[in-house]
Amino acid sequence: MFGRRFLLWRLASHPSGLVGLTLIVLAVAMAVFADWFYSSGPWTLAGPPRLWPGQDPAFPLGTDSLGRDLAAGLFHGARVSLAVGIAAAAVSVVIGTVVGGLSGYYGGWLDDVLMRLTDAMQTIPSFLSAIAIVGILGPSLSTIIFAIAIVSWPMIARLVRAEFLRLRTYDFVQSCKIIGMSDMRIIFGQILPNCMAPIIVASSVLVATAIIVEASLSFLGLGDPNVMSWGTILGNGRAALRTAWYMTAIPAVALVSTVLALNLVGDALNDVLNPRLKER
Amino acid sequence: MSDLKTAAATPDRNAAPGLRFLLGPLPRYVLRRLSQAFLVMLLVVVGSFVLVKMAPGDMVDVLAGNADMTAEQMAALRARYGLDQPTWVQLLRYMYSLATLDFGYSPLNAAPVLDIILARWPVTALLVVSSVLISMTVGTIMGVVAARNAGNPVDLSISLLMLFFYATPTFIVAIGFILIFSVFLGMMPIAGFSTVGADYTGLRYVWDVITHLTMPVLALCTFFTAIYGRIGRAAMLEVLTLDYVRTARAKGLSERRVIYVHALRNAMLPLVTMAGLQVSSLVGGAVLIETIFGLPGMGRTAFDAVFERDTNLLLGVVFVSSLSVVVVNFVIDMLYMALDPRVELA
Repeated sequence: MFGRRFLLWRLASHPSGLVGLTLIVLAVAMAVFADWFYSSGPWTLAGPPRLWPGQDPAFPLGTDSLGRDLAAGLFHGARVSLAVGIAAAAVSVVIGTVVGGLSGYYGGWLDDVLMRLTDAMQTIPSFLSAIAIVGILGPSLSTIIFAIAIVSWPMIARLVRAEFLRLRTYDFVQSCKIIGMSDMRIIFGQILPNCMAPIIVASSVLVATAIIVEASLSFLGLGDPNVMSWGTILGNGRAALRTAWYMTAIPAVALVSTVLALNLVGDALNDVLNPRLKER
Repeated sequence: MSDLKTAAATPDRNAAPGLRFLLGPLPRYVLRRLSQAFLVMLLVVVGSFVLVKMAPGDMVDVLAGNADMTAEQMAALRARYGLDQPTWVQLLRYMYSLATLDFGYSPLNAAPVLDIILARWPVTALLVVSSVLISMTVGTIMGVVAARNAGNPVDLSISLLMLFFYATPTFIVAIGFILIFSVFLGMMPIAGFSTVGADYTGLRYVWDVITHLTMPVLALCTFFTAIYGRIGRAAMLEVLTLDYVRTARAKGLSERRVIYVHALRNAMLPLVTMAGLQVSSLVGGAVLIETIFGLPGMGRTAFDAVFERDTNLLLGVVFVSSLSVVVVNFVIDMLYMALDPRVELA
């Protein structure tokens, strides 16, 4: 379809794609090298509490009200935020693709049932449902990923269904039917690869949304108590907002720039993968 | 289905507009929408029930955790609450009690869940309704201005601002507002619905509430202002290329009139559809906003319920919120149909 290198190169030559990619590479590097830079983890009481950024060269971003290094939190937090975002987006893409694919390919009563379900899911306030799911099942990484995926698949399902409705009338699908290919092979082996472009674009936005939802949950104190994400740091810093606002500002900047970067890359991917749309 | 569309496309001109609801395909459309609304609520109820069943332990375990109980006492309690019945009987009972708006009792507040929700509902409704109105107005205006200046620096700066609004999570906007306007500038009250102990009356009270709600409402607005701005810009650019706009210009109408009277009316249609989705999203965002600003609304109630493990109250809030969203969506659909007879009925 398209070489991975080729796609990256085209993305990097797109202005907003370049900015987005750079920021994402930074965030990923923070996640990957978190253990290498801050091997003792984000929870260690590393120094005196409430050090402002720049006050002590050993703690470039300062320390929180317990004396934990904010830079260590930021690096390790990148790991949690990105992992939850990507995992939740992946699960919802799988659910959404199966629902949308079956719905669009078969049509009829199955389409009716699945689309009514999708409509209904989209009407229910999603963040409130996520809170209810995490609150009742107990906060852990898996319940958070499950909660985010459950509330965000309908968008993908609609998208995939629309693509399938368009593609199923094409000649290559008819040919596959004539040579007796099974429905599942046509759906997942033939039609699906042809609608990857919009799915990839939507996924980048989905990862961004998932990161926001995870941060919001952790900010409210509903994050996994065993890991520190950017939302956790934000929630902890809130109590000291009046006197030490850097504790909230630093993770906020990390969160906003990552979300912004994912949206920029989504826009750039859209331009790169659908060059025809650009003319409109 | 195609005959439905043609019937709708050529409404009976002699019939009074109100009669449209009683004629032809419309009742079927209304019925379809009603059954959809019913399905949403059914999903909420079944989902809540499954969730409670998936959670470790049942209500009696929670109660027993707070008080010393023998196995016999626990069994007696389970029988009293029907927890010894088969699962499907429990589900039917649960559905019946919710259908009669009986959400049970909240041990946290020592009051029936319905009473608590009814007391908190207006605060959230006020927040959500004002946010919808403000973000729609501001977003549309920004979208129109951007579209009129397409490609030049005005458009670029509006688009950048929109992108920033779009990428910043609600709770970070809220904290940013508190930091700038309350901590640094000292202009705005930091939290609460009104000044505690001031006992203002009349207009003074209204003004007090407005100053307290300004930051929460604006924080709730930013994301959807960006969405309306983006959709409004795209819709406006599309409408401006249509023939009837050229005709309006050719007639010698002022640019202002062409844009705001002729073009905007059609560009508004996709924006109205967005409003239904926005209400659903804002109800969720209200949890964060009400928690941060200490407002006594439904969102704050949900937050407290989670931490007090008050499942009845939490699921009651989810049910009432979803019901409100469903009703609002239904009303918007009906309005949409009444306003625009071309709307697809399928």
